[in-house]
Amino acid sequence: MAFALQTEKLCKSFGALTVADNIDFRLEPGARHALIGPNGAGKTTFVNMLTGAIAPTSGRIFLHDQEITRTSQAARVRLGLGRTFQITTLFRSLPVLDNVALAIAERTGIAKRMWRSASSCRDIVEEGKDLLGVLGLADDAATPAQDLPYGKQRLLEIAVTLGLKPKVLLLDEPAAGVPSHDSGRVLQQLEKLSSDIAVLIIEHDMDLVFRFARRITVLVQGQVLVEGTPEEIAADQRVRDVYLGEAHA
Amino acid sequence: MSGYSADTRIRWTEWLPWAAAGVFFFVLPEYLSLGARILIFILFALSLDLILGYAGIVTLGHSAFFGLGAYTAGILSARLGINEPFLQLVAAAAMAAALGIVTGAVILRTRALTLLMLTLAITAILLEIANKWTTMTGGADGLSGVQVSPILGLFRFDLYGKTAFVYCLVALFVGWWVVRRIIYSPYGAMLTGIRENRARMHAIGAPVYWRLVLIYTASATLAGIAGALLTQVNQFVGLNVLGLEPSGDILVMLILGGVGRLYGAFVGPVVYLIAQDYLAKQYPEYWYFGIGVLLIFVVLFARGGLLGIVDQLRDQWLSHFKPKSSARASAR
Repeated sequence: MAFALQTEKLCKSFGALTVADNIDFRLEPGARHALIGPNGAGKTTFVNMLTGAIAPTSGRIFLHDQEITRTSQAARVRLGLGRTFQITTLFRSLPVLDNVALAIAERTGIAKRMWRSASSCRDIVEEGKDLLGVLGLADDAATPAQDLPYGKQRLLEIAVTLGLKPKVLLLDEPAAGVPSHDSGRVLQQLEKLSSDIAVLIIEHDMDLVFRFARRITVLVQGQVLVEGTPEEIAADQRVRDVYLGEAHA
Repeated sequence: MSGYSADTRIRWTEWLPWAAAGVFFFVLPEYLSLGARILIFILFALSLDLILGYAGIVTLGHSAFFGLGAYTAGILSARLGINEPFLQLVAAAAMAAALGIVTGAVILRTRALTLLMLTLAITAILLEIANKWTTMTGGADGLSGVQVSPILGLFRFDLYGKTAFVYCLVALFVGWWVVRRIIYSPYGAMLTGIRENRARMHAIGAPVYWRLVLIYTASATLAGIAGALLTQVNQFVGLNVLGLEPSGDILVMLILGGVGRLYGAFVGPVVYLIAQDYLAKQYPEYWYFGIGVLLIFVVLFARGGLLGIVDQLRDQWLSHFKPKSSARASAR
């Protein structure tokens, strides 16, 4: 069957340092999958290879059975691969509405238009407002992104990517920097995501991972240590040793 | 502010420059040649604002397109005997567009200082070609003997510069209208996105490089038209349209007026060229000193340029009448 996203023996070395070592990874359609691992395990490198930000040394990547190993970052987005950033990456001085509208305009091809006014593109503006409503940001539409409280900036980060209507969504630490009592709000929004979207989440917040994910892959020193359900991972002695052990000590 | 949240209707203040130009025409007929020069540099500054203010491309080589347009019009007339003004404009636009797309395709792969140096190198190369290719360009002596046929076969360029002024005003109006459409369009919004956060534009699937090449070419075309207008009005082209100096001048004018505000491109050249005209008469040796003081003032105290000061004053004035919202919120 077709996987939403799949890698085959994916490797990346920087000189003598191997940060991805023969990673075979499969993301099912509609998956809620988490990628965890200690610092320096190669999680961000792996995501950057998936999105095309860096090229793998060897191995192959497939999106819905279509090979995308050499496809450009922008073309992968058009094929339905969306990502969010660990460090908030927004159009800081632009209004919240414009942040999502720019993404929607790219998806629909309106962004190339030079001869009509942007604010008269009703369908873009309406879709943008609907999207902000879904994420609880409707009242902030006119606020510059940089003036939002940090937790809402994280939600906007997700909203911008949802504007692309991705089929596969890579969430790079969506709750990074959000105080723990607020990370529940992020989780609440993530649980509302359509089941058509396959989600891969990279996250340090173990509460969030174990509540959200139905499968977990543990990455250690660039290699897949183990993959399984949250229960299996929680019970796995090797995982406890390298990862949970130190985190819960 | 452009973008999806903007109100794109033309505000009454946007008609002020055109009303001012009309008044100028009737009240100060002895200054019409200075007036035409100002209009031309406003068009040049507008073209720069499109790439610098909206797309965030910092350049020290925008005179390459201005100068190429100026020399295209000059060579057509003085060397080839083609004096039809619109033909000269179209040819200048085409040449500048061609240079824009070719050089843009190469240099827009780079960023920041590398990009700045490459833009400078291109205009320096053109300056050297204009300097050495004397049979075509007249070299350091400049190219005189430029003639312009009556516009539409009716309006002759007169001694007092009336025709020239109106001609430049019409050209600027068309240029302004085109630039205004672009910056309020989805394309304009997309450009501000590139300026604000290029990594995010890549991540939402925008082909950033091609988008920049296209707007760079459009900007080059406008700058080329402005250059051709200068040749037609002066009936002369000299080396001073190429190289670092005119690039720097136009950058200073735009920063003075305010970058990325559309009308900064209007205010800057007006203040700069009138100050230059006045100071050069009063203090022929030190006139740059006054410009320098003005620029230091703007860069230190008014980051949004002279228009930024106007905005601040207006906001203060408005909050004076509506003290509730902002004053109380900040008092808390």
